[in-house]
Amino acid sequence: MSAPKPTLAVEDLCTYFFTKSGVVKAVDKVSFEIGAGEVLGLVGESGSGKTVTGFSIVGLIDQPGRIVSGSIRYKGEELIGASEERLRHIRGNRIAMIFQDPTMTLNPVLRIDTQLVEAITAHSDTDARTAWEQSRDALGQVGIPSPEERLKCYPHELSGGMRQRVAIAIAFLNKPNLIIADEPTTALDVTIQAQIIYEAQTLCRKTGTALLWITHDLAVVAGLADRICVMYAGRIVEEGGADNVIDRPLHPYTAGLIGSVPSHNRRGKRLAQIPGSTPSLLNLPEGCAFRTRCKFNDDTCLEEPEVTHPAKDRSLRCFHPVSRGPAP
Amino acid sequence: MTAFAIRRLMQSAIVVLVMSVIVFFGVNIVGDPVDMLINPEADQEDIEIAIRALGLDKPIGEQYLFFLKNAFSGNLGKSFIFGEPALQLILQRMPATMELALAALFMAIVLGIPLGLYAGLRPHSPFSRITMATSILGFSLPTFWVGLMMIMVFAVMLGWLPSTGRGDEATFLGVTSSLFTMNGLSHMVMPALNLALLKISLVIRLTRAGTREAVLQDYIKFARAKGLRQSRIIFVHLLKNILIPVITVLGLEFGGLIAFSVVTETIFAWPGMGKLLIDSIQQLDRPVIVAYLIIIVLIFVVLNLIVDIMYSVLDPRVRLGDRKA
Ligand SMILES: Nc1ncnc2c1ncn2[C@@H]1O[C@H](COP(=O)(O)OP(=O)(O)O)[C@@H](O)[C@H]1O
Ligand code: SF4
Ligand SMILES: [Mg+2]
Repeated sequence: MSAPKPTLAVEDLCTYFFTKSGVVKAVDKVSFEIGAGEVLGLVGESGSGKTVTGFSIVGLIDQPGRIVSGSIRYKGEELIGASEERLRHIRGNRIAMIFQDPTMTLNPVLRIDTQLVEAITAHSDTDARTAWEQSRDALGQVGIPSPEERLKCYPHELSGGMRQRVAIAIAFLNKPNLIIADEPTTALDVTIQAQIIYEAQTLCRKTGTALLWITHDLAVVAGLADRICVMYAGRIVEEGGADNVIDRPLHPYTAGLIGSVPSHNRRGKRLAQIPGSTPSLLNLPEGCAFRTRCKFNDDTCLEEPEVTHPAKDRSLRCFHPVSRGPAP
Repeated sequence: MTAFAIRRLMQSAIVVLVMSVIVFFGVNIVGDPVDMLINPEADQEDIEIAIRALGLDKPIGEQYLFFLKNAFSGNLGKSFIFGEPALQLILQRMPATMELALAALFMAIVLGIPLGLYAGLRPHSPFSRITMATSILGFSLPTFWVGLMMIMVFAVMLGWLPSTGRGDEATFLGVTSSLFTMNGLSHMVMPALNLALLKISLVIRLTRAGTREAVLQDYIKFARAKGLRQSRIIFVHLLKNILIPVITVLGLEFGGLIAFSVVTETIFAWPGMGKLLIDSIQQLDRPVIVAYLIIIVLIFVVLNLIVDIMYSVLDPRVRLGDRKA
């Protein structure tokens, strides 16, 4: 038998938006893999293309956006160009998603039980009674007290944290192989944040579900992820084992992110150490997109840096890495 | 809920009262009913007798108080022209107007919602563009002109449909209506469509706007990410959200359909309340005018109440008045 296929393999993915003002290369030549049960952290400032990457995987890119090229393989099966029915079967069943704002993700006019049960019956012939019991148990598993009563509620009757737990319960309902969690704690209080991360992590471990955890907050993934991809302006600029990347960042952008992780939580302020702001994807600087904000930039950076592998299990898009590579 | 209903009824009573004052005195400004009613050739004594019989000899203020006193016992006065109780005259003609308004409402729903939904889901398709362009016509062309054109084309030129009157009636489940005979339906099609035109356009635009807004919402994207079937996303997740404003507006507009059937009824000689109103205005038949307007206000009040209740049933986030969320 050949080596086991990774749960997800993304290769040279390009997702562009064809807007009136020009082509927005929201995701450009992005590659990464997630093995079974692995947790991959995708980190980057807002607008760097993380969400678009997530939606590309499940085939939910809408006009004016389009996956232009690349490959997305789920357990070896190519998803780009797969039939809508096949994609529907994978969505929510094999690959589930959790969104950023829990107050917007649940349908305001449908009861919680409806929204859980339908997620089960969309993918199997489970009878209503069994589906309802599974839903109740799923709510219990994400730490929702008296799940039977909560099932009868409408979303607005629950707090933001509770609603995000419901969304997580929905994601886990069909025991998917991969969950894409798109900044699931960004909209929540710090204490709730920690609880949610804990619930999600525990469930993933228990069920062996792989996790793509998207965040703008390096501190969040530091303790959670096995591996980290750092995204900037639609590209993955650095990848490696989580501890490795955090201890020895190679890309100036990553180094800036780490420098700006505050010791105590002061949200919003933490990117201040990287001068300037995210460039518009419509007119990126020639060569390295980070050039205008990088203190190491020189004439070589007018070329586009290709992916290099400065160490085992590390990849990088930069001509002048910050430190001289990880210690052996 | 009860406190809410009582508060609502109090407000409505005040509206009815103010309205009756305005109309009562307003009709007198327009013209003296006596001039319309009395044969100028009659001798002075006969005229005096007639005037006294109608109560028009008293000062207008006194007339109003007399009207008010009777109104509280459900007597809105007798028609100057027909000599029958005004209320009875109106109620006799109400079914004709109601069935016209209901047919128009039905058309607005069964045409407006699917067309609006399609136009919202596929905004760039040629069919959607045609739909939206037509709906602008529906808004801007005057009802009476469209009515006349319909008669010209379908009744006069093509001869497909009768142009005037209400067709045969039949009784079904205790309700007598011309909706239950083919002949009745054929008489109904044109006036109902004419009356509905504005509402169809309104529903198309409301549904389309709601759909276009809803498809961008996270909850729709999340429903898709759950792998739900397209049909479930559209007919449960999307429709349930956009129906809330559509039904609310339609409920409120139904009063308008009844009130403004005046034009359509006049063009198609439809024997409803609207036509009665026009005739009464021409003859300054004050009791009928006042009674008609009171009934219209009451219909609006009741519809508003029903809409409020429906709204709270449809949208779980809304709770009526005093109940806490
Ligand atoms: N519907 C769209 N139309 C045009 N551009 C879009 C659209 N959606 C996303 N983008 C572009 O893609 C870029 C990446 O967006 P996103 O993936 O949401 O960033 P992130 O999740 O990292 O904050 C944004 O800069 C935005 O300009
Ligand atoms: S390639 Fe040059 S500009 Fe870009 S991050 Fe590296 S050093 Fe800075
Ligand atoms: Mg995002």
